[in-house]
Amino acid sequence: MDMIQMLPQQLVFGLALGAVYGLIALGYTMVYGILLMINFAHGELFMIGAYVGWAVLTWLINAQLGGLHPIWVLPMLLLMAMSVTGVLGVALERFAYRPLYTRGATRLGPLISAVGASIFLQNAVMLTQGARMKVYMTSLLFPRNWYVNIAGVRISALVLVMISVALLLMWLLNTFVQRTTLGRCIRSVAEDREAAAIMGVNVRQVISLTFLLGSALGGAAGVLVGLYYTQIDFFMGYSAGLKAFTAAVLGGIGNLKGAMLGGLMLGVIESLAVTFINPAYRDVVAFAVLILVLVFRPTGLLGESVPHANKV
Amino acid sequence: MMPKRILLAVALGLIAIIAPLIAPNDYIVGTLARICLYATLALGLNIVVGFAGLLDIGYVAFFGIGSYIYALLCSPHFGLHLPFLLALPIVVVATALCGILIGAPTLRLGGDYLAIVTLGFGEITYLLLLNLDRPVNITNGPSGIIGIDPPAVLGYAASSNTQYYYLFLAMLALVLVASRRLQHSRIGWAWQAIREDELAARTMGINTMVAKLQAFAVGASFAGFAGALLASWQRSVFPENFLFTESINVLAMVIIGGMGSLAGVILGAAIIVALPEIFREFLSYRLLVFGLMLMVLMIFRPQGILVPRGARRGATQ
Repeated sequence: MDMIQMLPQQLVFGLALGAVYGLIALGYTMVYGILLMINFAHGELFMIGAYVGWAVLTWLINAQLGGLHPIWVLPMLLLMAMSVTGVLGVALERFAYRPLYTRGATRLGPLISAVGASIFLQNAVMLTQGARMKVYMTSLLFPRNWYVNIAGVRISALVLVMISVALLLMWLLNTFVQRTTLGRCIRSVAEDREAAAIMGVNVRQVISLTFLLGSALGGAAGVLVGLYYTQIDFFMGYSAGLKAFTAAVLGGIGNLKGAMLGGLMLGVIESLAVTFINPAYRDVVAFAVLILVLVFRPTGLLGESVPHANKV
Repeated sequence: MMPKRILLAVALGLIAIIAPLIAPNDYIVGTLARICLYATLALGLNIVVGFAGLLDIGYVAFFGIGSYIYALLCSPHFGLHLPFLLALPIVVVATALCGILIGAPTLRLGGDYLAIVTLGFGEITYLLLLNLDRPVNITNGPSGIIGIDPPAVLGYAASSNTQYYYLFLAMLALVLVASRRLQHSRIGWAWQAIREDELAARTMGINTMVAKLQAFAVGASFAGFAGALLASWQRSVFPENFLFTESINVLAMVIIGGMGSLAGVILGAAIIVALPEIFREFLSYRLLVFGLMLMVLMIFRPQGILVPRGARRGATQ
């Protein structure tokens, strides 16, 4: 009985976290859709986004907001984090990955390079920011007594904002990819890079753009997670990255809607595991579901959309 | 061409044998022992990734399973103290079975999906090692299993780093010979045919399912073997020994040396184990440099340092 009462509350947490997983998963899925490459350093960009958000928030609070209306604080954090991680993502692609795939390396080369980048970024942050965790002063931005009660379930303002920001960013990305010329370029490169190049699409620019968008979303997710958990450290990108990648595969890799669905599902599955099984087995359940989905429906829930998917 | 290669191999073997005698301190002997241990592990992954072209990024799970089985068989935890030479084959067979168990449902999947599933299995294994201390205490949770028996043969137990080094070197030689024999066996050719073109391999009459399962089983058994050695050396095992990062380290050993090349794999193991030690002077900067080196190495030698003959294409290209 106790469990059943806990469930709605846990589901809300699960949805909030799932929306963030989806946001990070978009970065994995976009890059994979175009380059067939697992960008292992993406989790690190998410972590750096959290650090940028923390730095800006701390600075703003110390400066008494510097004349900024409180409502602009969150957009400011997101904007700063997204700019930094977006640029970093483009630089990563330019210097760590592009030299590899333009020289016709095996598919595993970029993977190892990405692992190197991930170790490098983690340690760079640890060395410059220290190994101790940083604390987000979330309660100044979203006081604990801001919440709504819906059918006995307490939903805090922060959780509502998290879910709305994540969904808003997803919607913006989806609209951009579906409705604009640049978005069409991205889709064409994902479908067939050579044909797109023949039709006059600048493939390198499209790849850079993909990294810019994906990394920026990862940075935004970092800020949201920082606000939610209030504590961040240089190692946070590892498990979040793993989860988000799981979400991307769950929904069908290369598929934007799949990444969102996969993220939300993963969040909900985890909250169910926490409620009904044992919090210690949260991740076991998450990965077990992933394996089952892949074994019975190898292309994910909504199907993959990657170039030449069968020519592995 | 052949005699030159044999000469080189003999020379390297001799250097390996006298290395502990000229090493300036015990710490370096320990590092050398570690290189042998990880080379054994990497040779196992090389069978799966390098020969058969199946990308496994949760390989350390088998290493962990082997370690824990050895630990349970040879420690006060369950009060079992099997002799080293009896426990070793049990571990090898048990991890090979685990390889088949994990391989069987996933082999339909190609390329990167297989990688993700193995990653999932790797994470699950780690979490189970961490949490299986309740309701029945099997793995002793985060505190690990301690007091594991050292390897003892005919009453002589290894205790110093030098003794472990020679033990691991002998084991590495064993696994190296096994790998070499496998590479040029019927199974080995089947694996390499699958790596190059699975459809063509099947057309030529290779039972790809069986061949892939064999690759998984053999690869897993090598890892179990190395795991038993690790447990007997550390005299203790902890879940933290088998994190995902360790899988990636082993994969890096296989790839940077030159995938599919046995000498390359050993070179890769030496580089990955020794690099952080060499940069130990820089202390906190060593992992930073390690990450940078991985990137630089891949940019300048994308095929690995020693490219194997006859294998111009990598796994899952």
